[in-house]
Amino acid sequence: MAERKTVHKWLWVWDFEKEERWLNEMAMDGWALCEVGFCKYVFERTQPGEYIIRLELHQHDERYIEFMHDTGAEVAGRLFAWVYFRRKSELGPFDIFSDIDSKITHLNKISRMLAVIGCANLIIGLINSFNPSVRIGWVNLLCATLLMYGLGRIHGKKEALENERALRE
Amino acid sequence: MNESIVLTESTYYILLSLYKPQHGYGIMQQTEELSEGRLRLAAGTLYGALNSMLDKGWIVQLPIEDGSRQKRYKLTDKGLKVLLGEIERLKELVKNGELVTGGQQ
Repeated sequence: MAERKTVHKWLWVWDFEKEERWLNEMAMDGWALCEVGFCKYVFERTQPGEYIIRLELHQHDERYIEFMHDTGAEVAGRLFAWVYFRRKSELGPFDIFSDIDSKITHLNKISRMLAVIGCANLIIGLINSFNPSVRIGWVNLLCATLLMYGLGRIHGKKEALENERALRE
Repeated sequence: MNESIVLTESTYYILLSLYKPQHGYGIMQQTEELSEGRLRLAAGTLYGALNSMLDKGWIVQLPIEDGSRQKRYKLTDKGLKVLLGEIERLKELVKNGELVTGGQQ
């Protein structure tokens, strides 16, 4: 079995592009992602640059995984609704989205997820704030604030793409 | 049927690739070949587009043949009409472009 190493790292969901960049830098150094957990990334020793890594938020859908598999991509790991794909670089460039529309659709999915979790935290936080026996209502309010910030970041990315789309596909 | 549908480049090449039955990876390869490497369809984009086209009835999925687990798709009459309509529209774009610039390279 190939040599493995585990890295614990915290990354914000709205920085998924940064996360992807980091995972690809690891792959370039000969450490390809092979398992994902909460704040945990497991890498296996490969040839430098053997794999290209891509992340996508996609609800559990075996048909999609099969479809990706037919195009040469394999699942390196999953965390919640995130799927980490990897594909051998010898098969050519690897991207999940090739036009602005599908990139926007993907950002919309991320926004929706952040909004749902954000609203849930806001409601729980508010209820708990009015309940004197619960003293941790502020935790939910803090989470809600952070998620709203994330929502803003994703919205910014989306706006940039929409401006671009006004002129080209 | 609305005649003035403007297709995206990806949609156009996917429909064109499905003039003959084809599976997903085949569509990606054919698009790259036809556009001489200029247009590379990514798998996620293609998957989303195929699902929308199935919903619109522009394409159908063929029954899976024995010995193959890959799903193949084919253009419907409706899809063919959309494709031919788009080719006409593209001809108009090129004609007017050349008319105004006098075919300058």
